Amino acid sequence: MSLSRRDFVKMCTGTVAGMGISQMFHPSVCEAISGTLNGSRPPVLWLQGSGCTGCSVSLLNAVNPHIKQVLLDVISLEFHPTVMAWEGEPAMEHMFKIADEYKGGFFLAVEGSIPVAEDGKFCVIGEAHHKEITMVDAMKELAPKAAAVLALGTCAAYGGIPAAEGSETGAMSVKAFFEQEGISTPVVNIPGCPPHPDWIVGTVVVALEAIKTHGLAAGLGEVVKLLDDQGRPTPFFGENIHDNCPYLPDFEADKMCETLSQKDGCRMSVGCKGPNAMADCFKRKWNNGINWCVQNAVCIGCVEPDFPDGQSPFYESL
Amino acid sequence: MSSCARKGAAGHGKTAHIAIDPVTRIEGHLKAEVTVEGGKVVDAKLSGGMYRGFETILRGRDPRDSSQIVQRICGVCPTAHATASVMAQDAAMGTKVTTNGRITRNLILGANYLQSHILHFYHLAAQDFVQGPDSAPFVPRYKNSDLLTDRNKGLAAINAAAVDQYVEALDVRQICHEMVAMFGGKMPHAQGLVAGGASEIPTKDRILEYAARFDKVKEFVLNKYLPVVYTVGSQYKDLFAVGQGHRACIAYGVFPLNDEMTKFMMKPGVYYGGKDHELDPSKIHEDVKYSWFDDSTTGLHYSKGQTKVSPHKEGAYSFVKAPRYNGVACEVGPLARMWIENPPLSPIGQKALKEHFGLDAKNFRDLGEDAAFSLMGRHVARAEETWYMLSFVESWLKEVKPGEETYVKPEIPASGEGTGFTEAPRGALLHFLKIEDSKIDNYQVVSATLWNCNPRDDKGQRGPVEEALIGIPVPDIENPVNVARLIRAFDP
Repeated sequence: MSLSRRDFVKMCTGTVAGMGISQMFHPSVCEAISGTLNGSRPPVLWLQGSGCTGCSVSLLNAVNPHIKQVLLDVISLEFHPTVMAWEGEPAMEHMFKIADEYKGGFFLAVEGSIPVAEDGKFCVIGEAHHKEITMVDAMKELAPKAAAVLALGTCAAYGGIPAAEGSETGAMSVKAFFEQEGISTPVVNIPGCPPHPDWIVGTVVVALEAIKTHGLAAGLGEVVKLLDDQGRPTPFFGENIHDNCPYLPDFEADKMCETLSQKDGCRMSVGCKGPNAMADCFKRKWNNGINWCVQNAVCIGCVEPDFPDGQSPFYESL
Repeated sequence: MSSCARKGAAGHGKTAHIAIDPVTRIEGHLKAEVTVEGGKVVDAKLSGGMYRGFETILRGRDPRDSSQIVQRICGVCPTAHATASVMAQDAAMGTKVTTNGRITRNLILGANYLQSHILHFYHLAAQDFVQGPDSAPFVPRYKNSDLLTDRNKGLAAINAAAVDQYVEALDVRQICHEMVAMFGGKMPHAQGLVAGGASEIPTKDRILEYAARFDKVKEFVLNKYLPVVYTVGSQYKDLFAVGQGHRACIAYGVFPLNDEMTKFMMKPGVYYGGKDHELDPSKIHEDVKYSWFDDSTTGLHYSKGQTKVSPHKEGAYSFVKAPRYNGVACEVGPLARMWIENPPLSPIGQKALKEHFGLDAKNFRDLGEDAAFSLMGRHVARAEETWYMLSFVESWLKEVKPGEETYVKPEIPASGEGTGFTEAPRGALLHFLKIEDSKIDNYQVVSATLWNCNPRDDKGQRGPVEEALIGIPVPDIENPVNVARLIRAFDP
């Protein structure tokens, strides 16, 4: 197969050194991942709950490896509401069929939170076998069969905006839903509103590399070590934005900017939440390295579990 | 396995009910139910399956936070929601945006228009016409998909070229996102659109970087996107004859060309009953009889709008409210904007229309009402709008002043209200903001999806997409290809 693992490694160089990936993956998915390296692609089912599709759109911006490689060479995306050709009941039934066929051996990617109020009525994702399927129904059916769940974006990882104060839908994160339902499938949180495409692809890649380097069992053992206490992989979420910010010398010199358009001076005075935020935006930057929030305006702490309530007002200093 | 939820028998003269749930390759959760008789759709219901409640979540927050929160309504068009929000805030706070701020906002929104239209055609709609590779996510698909190569075996090379363009378009839309990020910080969800203007003062370097990327996008639009839409269109002449719907449309005006906001790249206006009307925002109301919202809130002007969700309301079938202009169900989007503005058509378009349709067309309305308000007409409108905006983006790049202020610090008043009118790539968008005690007291969003994908109103009148589905051919109820084609032509 044509997947260039060197590209993957290049992308992760410097952030992954000395780390691996571990028990968070069910052994059978590791076989699937190993299979990837040998030519077969692990099936991925991608569910959208209460979200905005921004995580999917962000993933389309993956450049290294290119999204084309991800779709055609790395994974077999058997269900994705925004990308797939199929639609309607047969598409939903196909999704459930794949989950049974590859029980314990497929990835479940979840974008958006899970609204549980009113029996899940606030998010109907389709019909199957002549029955309306809510996001709650789909999660109950698919999550226990998945090898691992990627909770993509702050909505899936922590609830996000649909779960913010004032919400009436009972929206909750994947992890909270699992606790409520007693589902033990491992979850990897990849927060961000949206997550950087490198964070999504990189997490998968780091896993591939660990297994390749250490073998299945030992590689698995490395995985869990990567997660912080919020369930985020530390290669991407291990560093504080403020502590690494190019404006830090300005902060230390007490040189603060006065308006959002001023380019010199620390931006905490106009509301920057960098000190609250754990992510590598400061060095990775966005959209192929063009810009990032602090350079442009302020960080609003979108990778944090308490986003948005704990990070607002966005334009008032901490 | 049946290819769709069927209740009723197939065949001539018989009635069949088809449900497509989910309608894929759109943003959000949408279900379409149609009744087919004699091979055509005779009734349709469109149901929005998701409610998040942004309006209630926004209440009590700092008004300036709204532009960040509302961007998360849509990951495809966050810049449009941010634009509507900052305009509403400017109005409510009495802020006068600088000329450079206005132009910078145009450059941010403009880049995402290019991204969104290209994404729509290639990555959302094209699989309805072009045969992709035989692997997931391009298969499974409808058995009788009525693709380009099914219609004309001689088009294998064009089909292959379109598949290559699918991949190339992924890169081009990434480049568009880079252009948004130049002045907007990042995409999706740009930081740079803020109350009082834009947070990034363009530098000479940044303008040049934007321009260099724009040239690549322009080349793709001129050489690939625009020609391929006409090539595909010429093979589906029948789809220029269906999907006209109410023949009514509304646009709010987008890309302001002066600081007084009286001149736009695409002007505001309303069209119904075969006539043009001046836009009067006091005539916009929202009905909820068939929506899962409390009946006490129906028929309200958006500035008095309330969001009282009622998920088990008897007789309702959607979380989408039904906006009406003077009681008329108006569609929004590129077709609405192009019909109202009636700009010149591209030379490529003029040539193709002459060659394939024998049509002497100089301006958009020369297509005629039947062809313009059609399934394929909506794709043409989107492609022609993309072409039309190229020269405007170039003019903004010349007008924007390096180093000149783009931002005026807003003061939050104790009370105030304002509406932001703009156009998302997919259609008319307004945000209404009311401030009390310096906090958000009421926030109402009337988005393009609400205009296009709404259910019946209080009078029982179908929403625009529902109406446009009437008459759509479904020769094979196992493969209702045209139903989804019609829905996706709107970019829902």
